[in-house]
Amino acid sequence: MVESEKTWHNLPDRVSSRYLIDKLSRRAVFACAAISLLVLVAIVAFILREGLPAFIQIGVGEFLFGAEWSLKGQEFGILPLVLGSVLATFGTLIIAAPLSIACAIFLAEVSPKRVANVLRSAIEVLVGIPSVVYGLVGMAVLVPVIRKLGGSGYSLLAGIAVLSVMVLPTMTTITEDSLRAVPRGYKEAALALGATHWQAVWRVTVPAAKSGIAAAFVLGMGRAIGETMAVYMVIGNVFAFPTSPLDPARTMTTHILGQIQEAAVGSLHLRALFAVGIVLMIFILIFNSIAFALRRRVQ
Amino acid sequence: MKLSPKISQKVAWIAMWIAGVIVFLVLIGLVGFVFLRGIPTLSPGFLSKPITEGGILPAIIGTIYLVLLTLAIAVPLGLGAAIYLAEYAPKGKLTSVVRYGIETLAGVPSIVFGLFGMALFVIVLIGTQSILAGALTMACLVLPTMIRTSEEAIKAVPAAQREASLALGATKWQTITRVVFPAALPGIITAVILCVGRAIEETACLYATLGLSLLTPTSIFHGARTLSLHLYMLATEMPGDRGALVAQAMGTAVILICMVMLINFLAHHLSSRYMSRIRGTGSCEF
Repeated sequence: MVESEKTWHNLPDRVSSRYLIDKLSRRAVFACAAISLLVLVAIVAFILREGLPAFIQIGVGEFLFGAEWSLKGQEFGILPLVLGSVLATFGTLIIAAPLSIACAIFLAEVSPKRVANVLRSAIEVLVGIPSVVYGLVGMAVLVPVIRKLGGSGYSLLAGIAVLSVMVLPTMTTITEDSLRAVPRGYKEAALALGATHWQAVWRVTVPAAKSGIAAAFVLGMGRAIGETMAVYMVIGNVFAFPTSPLDPARTMTTHILGQIQEAAVGSLHLRALFAVGIVLMIFILIFNSIAFALRRRVQ
Repeated sequence: MKLSPKISQKVAWIAMWIAGVIVFLVLIGLVGFVFLRGIPTLSPGFLSKPITEGGILPAIIGTIYLVLLTLAIAVPLGLGAAIYLAEYAPKGKLTSVVRYGIETLAGVPSIVFGLFGMALFVIVLIGTQSILAGALTMACLVLPTMIRTSEEAIKAVPAAQREASLALGATKWQTITRVVFPAALPGIITAVILCVGRAIEETACLYATLGLSLLTPTSIFHGARTLSLHLYMLATEMPGDRGALVAQAMGTAVILICMVMLINFLAHHLSSRYMSRIRGTGSCEF
């Protein structure tokens, strides 16, 4: 009697606590998702809060199109940085795009399965290697080679070469995925009409996958423009307009890295660095939105 | 001049092979070069001496501190968010805004995280560059990886398992913790491993938040440096004999590459086992 009464009294408690836990956990996981989103909002808010006053103080035109950055004169113009970033990014695209398409076609269509698996794991390792290691190897191998062509070796060209290797895995993997996503029937129809394997791939599969391939390129460019350490180590980081690929240059990211430790808290200098961050984010946002739209078209 | 289809096929195939071989050679060349130059530097002393005597022990300890603290912040938060997105989130505008937000967060460059971490964690919240500030910054950076990868793992658990649990009278939360979570665990562990990998390799976000200290850290409020940050300092900024410093950098790079390969192997191994289990062909321990 006592025992069963005890059970009876315990039971509703347990049932209700079970549901209470259910409710509380629901709120807890919701809070986690909300905090995660908040991180993004906080990043944007902080960068804007610190950076926007610089735009106003310096003047939008003077900031974006000025070619002087001097702490003494309190002049902050970033045109050479924007140009450096854009040149490095497009240079990377020019080298990495053909190579990654060829490599993706090789993986998806040409190579025997075993070879493809070996190459795929090699690409996976390349993705994981820290960017400072790329920079180090660039310093030790590429820079002396480029020095023989002229200049100090620390140059836009060295930056582009290192970036190309770094974005190659991303671009190849996404390109291969979009080639594989093309329905088999397309290629088979082309083959049935008497096309060679290459004609079927180049004139049917690749055009059918073009949105995905374009998305791969844009994502690669996003990575290239945001990369910092490896580029800093080989590009020379000279604040000037490069006139040839052998000239040193400076990108937005390497500029922030080079000055972030020196800028005093609350100074216009620091705010100007945040403003460079805003310009960088705008570039990335444009690249990402293009990639997002392209990938949506694929689906 | 127009090539016949057969010849152009051959030429194209050769070109594709060359591209594949180039990419493969780049990897072999890169890793081989680092190992050739770096392995002679490796010695018990290199691993156990302080930085001032040419060792990397403080950087190893700094890396461990940073990785553990980053995981302690990012894993619970990311897992909670992933559970919400996979199990609770209504399919609507708000959810897709959250997803787009996380997607965008994944594309923010490391150096911008560094700026943000300095503005919020270093200047406003903590006051100094420290392991805590670095780990908070790094946690923000790995959060999207954690959320996306574990959400996919949770979503891959068959709906029938949830329904069976609910039919037995379990609450939704009981179903999630006792049925869905164990089934998704290998995928979630993969997510954690990927986060460890990023915490080891990302450097730009730590440059102005972690403090670059040469000393072995003893508390999370001290400055420190990770292996990759130390490598960068060796290669660029540290004063001294260039040749010796670059040799040390190569030795550090060997250790970093080994860590990354181990992480790749673990993640790959777990995810393939996990896939076979979802398909019902692997062994089932739970």
